[in-house]
Amino acid sequence: MNAIILTAIWGIVMMFGGVFFKSKSTPKYWAIAGLVLVFLSNGYELLNGVPFFEIDVKNMLHFNSFNLTFIAVALFCTLLFFLLNGRDIEKVGENVSEYFALLFFVLCGVAIAASFNSLLTLFLGIEILSIPLYILTGSDKRNLKSNEAALKYFLMGSFSTGIMLMGIAFIYGGNSNGSFLIDNINLGEGVMPPMIAVGLVFLLIAMSFKVSAAPFHFWTPDVYDGAPTVFTSFMATIVKAAGFIAFIRLFDNAFGKTQAQWQTLIVVITAATLLIGNLTAVFQQSVKRMLAYSSIAQAGFMLLAIFALNDYAKEGLILYTAAYSLATIGIFAILIKMSDYTIDGFNGLAKQYPAIAVCATVFLLSLTGIPLTAGFQSKFYMLLAAIKNGQQNWLVIFAVLMAAVSAYYYFKIIQAMFFKEDNQQAGAPAIMVEKLTPAFTYLLYFTALLIVVLGLFPNLLTTWLYY
Amino acid sequence: MFGNYITIPHLLIFVPLIAGLIAFLIKDESKVKAWSLFAAIVTLGVSVAGIYFSKNNDLSGLTFGYEWLKYLGASFAVSLDGVGRILTLLTGLSFPIIFIATNNSSYKNPHLFYGLMLLSLAGLMGVFVATDCLLFYFFWELALIPVYFLCSRWGGEKRIQATFKFFIYTFAGSLLMLIGIIYTYLQTGPTAFAPHSFALSAFQNVLLQPAQQQWLFWLFFVAFAIKMPIFPFHTWQPDTYEQSPTAVTMVLSGIMVKMGLFGVIRWLLPIFPAAVLQYDNIVIGLCVIGIIYASLIAIRQDDLKRLVAYSSIAHIGLMCASLFSAKQLAIEGVMIQMFNHGINIIGLWIVIELIERQLGIRKISQLGGIANKAPILTISLVVIALANIALPLTNSFIGEFLMFAGLYQFNVWYTVVAGISIILAAIYTLNMVQKVFYGEVNTLTVATQEIAFSEKAILAVIIVAIFLVGLFPQPLLQLTNESVAFLLTKLK
Repeated sequence: MNAIILTAIWGIVMMFGGVFFKSKSTPKYWAIAGLVLVFLSNGYELLNGVPFFEIDVKNMLHFNSFNLTFIAVALFCTLLFFLLNGRDIEKVGENVSEYFALLFFVLCGVAIAASFNSLLTLFLGIEILSIPLYILTGSDKRNLKSNEAALKYFLMGSFSTGIMLMGIAFIYGGNSNGSFLIDNINLGEGVMPPMIAVGLVFLLIAMSFKVSAAPFHFWTPDVYDGAPTVFTSFMATIVKAAGFIAFIRLFDNAFGKTQAQWQTLIVVITAATLLIGNLTAVFQQSVKRMLAYSSIAQAGFMLLAIFALNDYAKEGLILYTAAYSLATIGIFAILIKMSDYTIDGFNGLAKQYPAIAVCATVFLLSLTGIPLTAGFQSKFYMLLAAIKNGQQNWLVIFAVLMAAVSAYYYFKIIQAMFFKEDNQQAGAPAIMVEKLTPAFTYLLYFTALLIVVLGLFPNLLTTWLYY
Repeated sequence: MFGNYITIPHLLIFVPLIAGLIAFLIKDESKVKAWSLFAAIVTLGVSVAGIYFSKNNDLSGLTFGYEWLKYLGASFAVSLDGVGRILTLLTGLSFPIIFIATNNSSYKNPHLFYGLMLLSLAGLMGVFVATDCLLFYFFWELALIPVYFLCSRWGGEKRIQATFKFFIYTFAGSLLMLIGIIYTYLQTGPTAFAPHSFALSAFQNVLLQPAQQQWLFWLFFVAFAIKMPIFPFHTWQPDTYEQSPTAVTMVLSGIMVKMGLFGVIRWLLPIFPAAVLQYDNIVIGLCVIGIIYASLIAIRQDDLKRLVAYSSIAHIGLMCASLFSAKQLAIEGVMIQMFNHGINIIGLWIVIELIERQLGIRKISQLGGIANKAPILTISLVVIALANIALPLTNSFIGEFLMFAGLYQFNVWYTVVAGISIILAAIYTLNMVQKVFYGEVNTLTVATQEIAFSEKAILAVIIVAIFLVGLFPQPLLQLTNESVAFLLTKLK
């Protein structure tokens, strides 16, 4: 509750603050201060179970350690994102304060989507997090690609929202309780009535769209590629993670008991997402676009949690969102500083910036899922959950083969950094567009260290679920 | 040792690990070389101590588990059993030899090179001492990462592609094994804190239906088969051996391939005995095909490194076939042959390295007449080559004799076909000796000089080891008695 209210308030503060902030760098500090405040208050709620604000939400929002832990992860990753990329947000355009305001509104949506207990609040949460993103995608106003991406995102997004509303309507009409509350929709194990089944499929499509699962992923590469890189980083991590949390909560709480009836659909979507994401990523030359496809591929792995729907799945999903967000934010933070976004642009990075290259390697190894990184633990949990589920073991084998494929494109960057020579012709642009500040470098170390620590002791995070 | 908290297996992992991390900071080439050699010798000392302590049957001092992921049932459990002892000894012995033998090679960024070498040593030791399956998997993958960087950074011309192929192959195999591990884990019984357990004992006592064992067996086997490598999973191996810097090739061929055999001994045979007995013919069949196939290709090789690589495939194939025959003699043979193969092949690589460093070539057709110029090098090579074809008095004879004897008990025909490889091995090895070392000195080899003292000394160590094991194999055989007996009870 704290997170929802405070992010909304702080979003408004940032919005009006834009009038008063004299310097371009002021909003960043306000945003960071606000985010720390939100993070701490959310932590207080997680520890004590009592929010600062006693509001009767008529059971439409539900807070438990799972939601609050995820919100804490999301807030923490955003904080890291602000700290690493604050200067880059300033470079996107003139309205810096508004960008931060919009990011806070997205966070508000993230918190609602993570803690909904009614289809209406789910819809509200998803919309509150989507609409500011449409604007942020198009925030590079003079760039045609950015405009195109924003329009595309908006059109596709509203289309999927329509489908979601339709699904909600079907489910509302189909159950005799006349209620939007998740608890009332939960039908028990019988065969689903046709109206509910149709509603479920529509909701599945809409959620798949939000988490960019195949075959509803087509918007992702273009939008991620077209949006200013800072915001791609945010979109591909925290927002996608929130989508997954909403996804698993919806399907676990509302439709968990009828899982056998819809599991096949998830299997098809998961397999397709893994296949398309990984195979397409192999052929990308631009790292930014490759990371867009890699985010689809990672979504395929996260879908295993929706497929499995057990305790391991929930623990694992939190861990996965944290591991994936940390690594992706880290690699994007480095990418933003590069002058050339192609894989060749990374050539010889290790020679000039050895420490940065080592950090990037940790991020990439984590995305690949090599032990000693958080990425391994999260993939391990996903596999554990899926095998525990016991159905369709071929899907698990398919998933790990695709993980082996993913090593191919992640390691291409490692190869470029360490084993290839940089362009030494006179007049060739420098690898990095600007000098890296010590603070930035130390934050990258910190992120890499965090990934390794989580890779050794994932229980540091998962114990919060049982707090 | 040091109470219950730090035992010998811990030291085996942490001494090279910490030394490796320190090595990254030593920028001076000669200092970092001395430091790594020192660390490797200390590790050797620890592994010898492991054998010494285990002789008193005081296993309590060699086993200790820290809690790691309590609610998953994984612990940092390490221990030294018979097969672990022999392989940690081999690993401990190999690294000082490798460091001394390649002391005269100079690498760009030596601190990174030696740091990564020591990290791979730590990873290998971890594989051999882990008695927790998740921990084993951690080390299994981690041993690969430093080697990947070593090969790709300091290797030959086509190093990036070759190493990458190697990496993807083994990574895919490992992930399949991970599925097998998780599935088996979910069948284990509850412990005090966790619903299931990753402990070795839990895995060995897990009750699996034959139908479950059948597909789990293949998930594990593919991972191990790629590492060994067994035909048809061997295609990464010659390229990688050829392209890697020689020091790394020694690690790969001398020790890393033993990871596959070790995996079979430690994890595959005891956990899936029913499937092993069911599929033994298929596996041994693949091994025998591989033995003949690799031997025939070895005859046609012109590159010394590729020749040794293919010869290694044949030797490993024989060891794997013997393991799956599940006969006492054969398994005893494998235990001792794992050690011998490591020593012999490292010896061969050292000779090749010495030739290549002096002359810059390793094509058999271009070499010749080295015997006139470097007699001691030649004598060393001849001894190692004879050990490679398992002549009596050399160490390999004991191992191969036991393996063939055991395999014979299993099936005569496999033995007959695999036995052809002895002749083929003689053909390619002696042919190589003849063409490279005898004959006329040509313009390329005229500059050959006799090797330096440190190199002579290291070759002498290897030759002594060859004869010592060849004449007195009993101590090594005794080391693994319990392991062999345990495997046989499981495979009844």
